[in-house]
Amino acid sequence: MDIANYIYLSALLFTIGAIGVVVRRNAIVVFMCVELMLNAANLAFVTFSRVHGNLSGQVASFFTMVVAACEVVVGLAIIVTIYRSRRSASVDDASLLKR
Amino acid sequence: MTTSTNLVYLIALPLFSAAALLLLGRIADKWGHIFATLISATVFVIGAIEFFAMQGRTGESRAATQKIFEWISVGTLHVDASLLLDQLSICFVLLISGVGTLIHIYSIAYMSHDHDRRRFFAYLNLFIAAMLLLVLGDSYLNLYVGWEGVGLASYLLIGFWNQKPAYATAAKKAFVANRVGDVGLSLAIMIAFTQFGTVTFAGVKESASGASAGALTAIGAMLLLAAAGKSAQFPLQSWLGDAMAGPTPVSALIHAATMVTAGVYLITRSNFIFDASPMAQLMVVCVGAITLLFGALIGTAKDDIKKALAASTMSQIGYMILATGLGPIGYAFAIMHLLTHGFFKAGMFLGAGSVMHGMNDEVNMRRYGAIGKVMPITAATFGLGYLAILGVPPFAGFYSKDKIIETAFNAGGIKGILLGGATLLGAAITAFYMTRVIVLTFTGTKRWDENAHPHESPFLMWAPMAVLAVGSVASGFLLSSGSALVNWLQPVVNEHHEHHTEEFLPPMVVSVMALVVVAIGVAFAILKYRTVPVVAPQEVSVFTKAARKDLYQDSFNEAVFMRPGQKLTAGLVTTDYKVIDGLVRMVGWVIQTSSTALRAIQNGYVRSYALIMVLGVLALVTAVWLVTL
Repeated sequence: MDIANYIYLSALLFTIGAIGVVVRRNAIVVFMCVELMLNAANLAFVTFSRVHGNLSGQVASFFTMVVAACEVVVGLAIIVTIYRSRRSASVDDASLLKR
Repeated sequence: MTTSTNLVYLIALPLFSAAALLLLGRIADKWGHIFATLISATVFVIGAIEFFAMQGRTGESRAATQKIFEWISVGTLHVDASLLLDQLSICFVLLISGVGTLIHIYSIAYMSHDHDRRRFFAYLNLFIAAMLLLVLGDSYLNLYVGWEGVGLASYLLIGFWNQKPAYATAAKKAFVANRVGDVGLSLAIMIAFTQFGTVTFAGVKESASGASAGALTAIGAMLLLAAAGKSAQFPLQSWLGDAMAGPTPVSALIHAATMVTAGVYLITRSNFIFDASPMAQLMVVCVGAITLLFGALIGTAKDDIKKALAASTMSQIGYMILATGLGPIGYAFAIMHLLTHGFFKAGMFLGAGSVMHGMNDEVNMRRYGAIGKVMPITAATFGLGYLAILGVPPFAGFYSKDKIIETAFNAGGIKGILLGGATLLGAAITAFYMTRVIVLTFTGTKRWDENAHPHESPFLMWAPMAVLAVGSVASGFLLSSGSALVNWLQPVVNEHHEHHTEEFLPPMVVSVMALVVVAIGVAFAILKYRTVPVVAPQEVSVFTKAARKDLYQDSFNEAVFMRPGQKLTAGLVTTDYKVIDGLVRMVGWVIQTSSTALRAIQNGYVRSYALIMVLGVLALVTAVWLVTL
């Protein structure tokens, strides 16, 4: 098992997620991309946990999942509310806070 | 030196009375004027007791001192609040409290219709206290406190009827002109302290003999500036005419008899400085000579009786200042003229007030005429004062003014002739304008306003005038018989009776010359004012026009000091706005402009924020990578 492969995969997933956040307008897709980035980080945590032979990385990834779950609850609620009031899920339309 | 415990009451009593009358308010309305008059009389009695006590002592022990408290003790500067009553101060104490009391009595009647009479008397007592502190202080700093105090009292009293804007302006003008002089006094005190390390009269006198000529001349010049401000001497004389806005008793007490003579006191008190600096003495005689002619010329054209008398005051104080500049012998004659002038000029001012009182406060002499018949007592007392100021023997002015003229001639050389000529010319002009006042006011035909019903003033008014008239008659003889005043003042002014070897002119010749020029002046005035038009003629010579305008002193001050001063302040305001405020505003402008530019990134698009975050993280990672490489 080459450790580098896991890291490459993690970096690839993170990059795809980051590019998705920056280029996509649909809030749901942006949201999913954020989840992808979080899980890429989780993959790296778990990998290093195995490499170092202790459980710290595993615990960290659990924390990440808990936080991600909370974030999904709040984030989806916001997206649904915005969609209801504005009939749009585009993040570019929700730009009232400028200036 | 004797130690006395009574001196402090001379100042404390009137000060207490002033404070009480001002603080009690309306409660004191009924008895305030009587209380103030009694306090003033008490001060006079204390002064008289001290005077007789002095007579009983001899030599060094004549002067009395009293230390009230330690005032300032900082580093090498030690000033006690101490009083010094010597042969010079006692003359002033008696004059101030004596004439002051008479004028208090006069004011009871003169101000009886004024609902603010209590306040008036409170200010009068404040003035008495400040003036006595001025003449009793034993150091320049104590004198300075009194000096400012009389300035304040003068300001308050000139502006007593400050509901009239012109009167309030006159008060301010007097105050500002006095402040210019006060700067001179404070500078003189500072120079004296840096040079001698002390500001007491005794200390400065001791150190003056070893001081450099430059320092003495500087102190002398600054003292002269102070004297010019307070005594309305050239070039600070312009305030005195306007100061006549105050009630007439004030003009009599402050602007004729006492406060305006403070400059003469200051120079006489500082005789050790002027005697050691011929340069400063020369400045003093020049100022005196210019002012005595200046004032006399202004007096010839004034139709306002009080302004004519004010111009005369200016001129007479010019005589005194000139005398103080003539060295040791001059001081005694200056003080003698000051005392006699205190009597006859205060008397004439009270007479003018009496006429105004009967003529519905009319001051224009062209609306007077033939008042002598209806106001005989006023006319008689005024007439005695008139004879005194002219120097007709045996009235007071003859003894004091002729001595000054004689001393001026004896100054020697071209200087003596110039000064003597100036004083003699001044005497002739004095005779002219005083005769003009008499002719316009008391003789001739009635030119009264229809509503005027002149009548003799009440007893409370004419009694003080009568007392002052007696003084105008007798004071000169009493002070000069057996050189009484000269001998009395000898310890203070260091006059050593080394009688002037060569006399330029014998006294007899001087007196005759003075009488001749006075007679010419009188005759000229009588001829010129046989008929008096009610409205002042406009087609007059340039000299009359100039004299009516106070010889353009106000215009000069305005053009040379006021306008450039205003320009300077306007320039400073602009500089403040453009430079100082400009720097502050520029800081604000830079921050505002840069933040406006930076605000463009806050566009509200989540994706661009995310991109910036990504770029930021990349930059950070790159930086860390580069560092660890």
